[in-house]
Amino acid sequence: MLDLRNITKTYPAADGPVHALDNVSIHVEPGSFTAVCGPSGCGKTTLLLTAGALLAPTAGEVVIDGRDVYALSPEQRAAFRASHIGFVFQQFHLISYLSVRDNIMAAALATDDPEAGQRADALIEELGLTDRAAHRPGELSTGQRQRTAMARALLNRPKLLLADEPTGNLDRDNAAIVLDHLAAFAAAGGAVLLVTHDPTAARRAHQFVHLDTGRLVPAEPTAAGA
Amino acid sequence: MTIWRLMRKEIAHRPGNFLLAVVAVTVAAGVVVTAVMALQAHGLATEQRLNRMRDEADQRLAAMEDDYRKYMKELGYNLLILPAAQDLTEFWTRGYAEHTMPQDHVAKLANSNTYTMRHLLPLVQQQVYWPQQKRTITLIGTRGEVPLAHRKPKEPMLLAVPEGEAVVGYQLARDLKLNPGGTINLLGRTFTVAKIVPERGSRDDSTIWIDLAAAQQLLDMPGRINAIEALKCFCAGAGVEKLRKEVASVLPDATVIVRQNEVTVRAKARARAKAEHEEALAAERANRKELRQSREMFAAVLSPSVIVGATVWIGLLAYGNVRQRAGEIAILRALGVRSARVFKLFLSRAVLIGLIGAGAGCVAGAGTGGWLAARLEPVLDPAGTLVVLPWTLLAGTIAAAPLLSAAASWAPSLLAARQNPADILASE
Repeated sequence: MLDLRNITKTYPAADGPVHALDNVSIHVEPGSFTAVCGPSGCGKTTLLLTAGALLAPTAGEVVIDGRDVYALSPEQRAAFRASHIGFVFQQFHLISYLSVRDNIMAAALATDDPEAGQRADALIEELGLTDRAAHRPGELSTGQRQRTAMARALLNRPKLLLADEPTGNLDRDNAAIVLDHLAAFAAAGGAVLLVTHDPTAARRAHQFVHLDTGRLVPAEPTAAGA
Repeated sequence: MTIWRLMRKEIAHRPGNFLLAVVAVTVAAGVVVTAVMALQAHGLATEQRLNRMRDEADQRLAAMEDDYRKYMKELGYNLLILPAAQDLTEFWTRGYAEHTMPQDHVAKLANSNTYTMRHLLPLVQQQVYWPQQKRTITLIGTRGEVPLAHRKPKEPMLLAVPEGEAVVGYQLARDLKLNPGGTINLLGRTFTVAKIVPERGSRDDSTIWIDLAAAQQLLDMPGRINAIEALKCFCAGAGVEKLRKEVASVLPDATVIVRQNEVTVRAKARARAKAEHEEALAAERANRKELRQSREMFAAVLSPSVIVGATVWIGLLAYGNVRQRAGEIAILRALGVRSARVFKLFLSRAVLIGLIGAGAGCVAGAGTGGWLAARLEPVLDPAGTLVVLPWTLLAGTIAAAPLLSAAASWAPSLLAARQNPADILASE
């Protein structure tokens, strides 16, 4: 599903180029849950954005569902993201003036899918947000916000779910709910790439990758993979 | 979810930015509409003012013309048609024509299509010695005015003297102690005094008027007259040369004398008054034109300045809106919303601002324009043509304002569409 091949990402800087990613290769199969761990600033978010067709690598290829995404035009890439990739961020990135339902439906702006409304309602129910559907993000708990973001990520039925520290701002119970949904998505045949520095979250993954200063380093086996 | 719904929700969430932009368009559209309406009011007021001046002048000139006609009648005939053979120096010395012409000349003239003269009065005139009274008098025989064949009969200036009667001049009546109803014996015939003419201060005061036929008989001039008196017409084109040509074509053996009396002077004054009036109208027209030019100049400076100011202001507000929504744009782009759609989202918002601003601007401009028209053009007849917002201006404003707003928001919208979502998402 997701094939990161020799990805290098270099940022220019005044005191010489910064290598955010250095020859990183990761393969994520459909139905698998992969966690990328590492300390802050190790390049996790860069890896996730590169994998999500949002940040072109300096070198290497990102192949999703058999397509080299950076070979596509920006508009084709946007359409590809809409149909293949879902994002969940630590900061939720909900639109403050939209209700829960409208925030979820914002993903439909990319597809104009007439059935999106029905799916949104189903996701609201599935994620336990029914009584909060008309509320704005400011009126929600952090757990509800992340569940809203999760529902938005799932609206267009992606094949790949990219999660950037999705449990970073959550309490244990809400973190568990989110991780359960990520695991369920993988169990249903989707591919999950989770970047986190939370070992508990990482232990839910089938595959564990450790990133340090932009390089993959040998990792300990995960609980799920053991 | 649609772009329209997203836009509506965002406007409701951040009304300040939207309203400030709408106000900018409203002001720009309002200024243009006000300027056009004020100029329209100026045009209408100018037309009304000039029409009023023209009407007043026409009335004054018509009244003057009527007055001259009356003066002319009071002053008597101012044209004299004499036999062409008459020596005019002798005529002026003697006071009447020695030579005569056939009486039917007056009929020829009356039956011609003359329009340069009216009130034709044939007469025979001579100074005669009145032996019974031992004095010389002027004897005039007249049969009354001959009506013009092609004109409606007018009230005669001088009535015919009935046969057997005489009209006596003031001085003569006074000297001879004559009164109406008395009789006089003149050259062997007796006449009843029909009327004493009031003092005129002229030769008329020692004149006796009798019937033309009786005078021709007394003076032994049967069928002859020695003058036709007439009144020169004041109609346009009735110049002296034209008049002489007209008489010559009908009566080749006659000549025309024009008396330059008070009426002629007044007529000249009237022509002068008319010319002065035309000058006043032209001056007023020029003043109004100058005023309009200065107002047009003002509008030509003010309107573009306001439009440019509004454009810059809308652009800055749009830029602020894009900056404020950077996170929102980034997540929409991450979700797969294409940049063209993001561009459309911001541009649609700008078009909506333009449409609402144009509507509000037209309403405000029409109100301000009407108020300004009443202040600047008090002469404008309130019951007359109202200053209205022309539909072309309304349509033009409603079409131009969204374009202006879209043009002002173009660069910020492009900025939003081209924003790299990774930069925002990585930094938060």
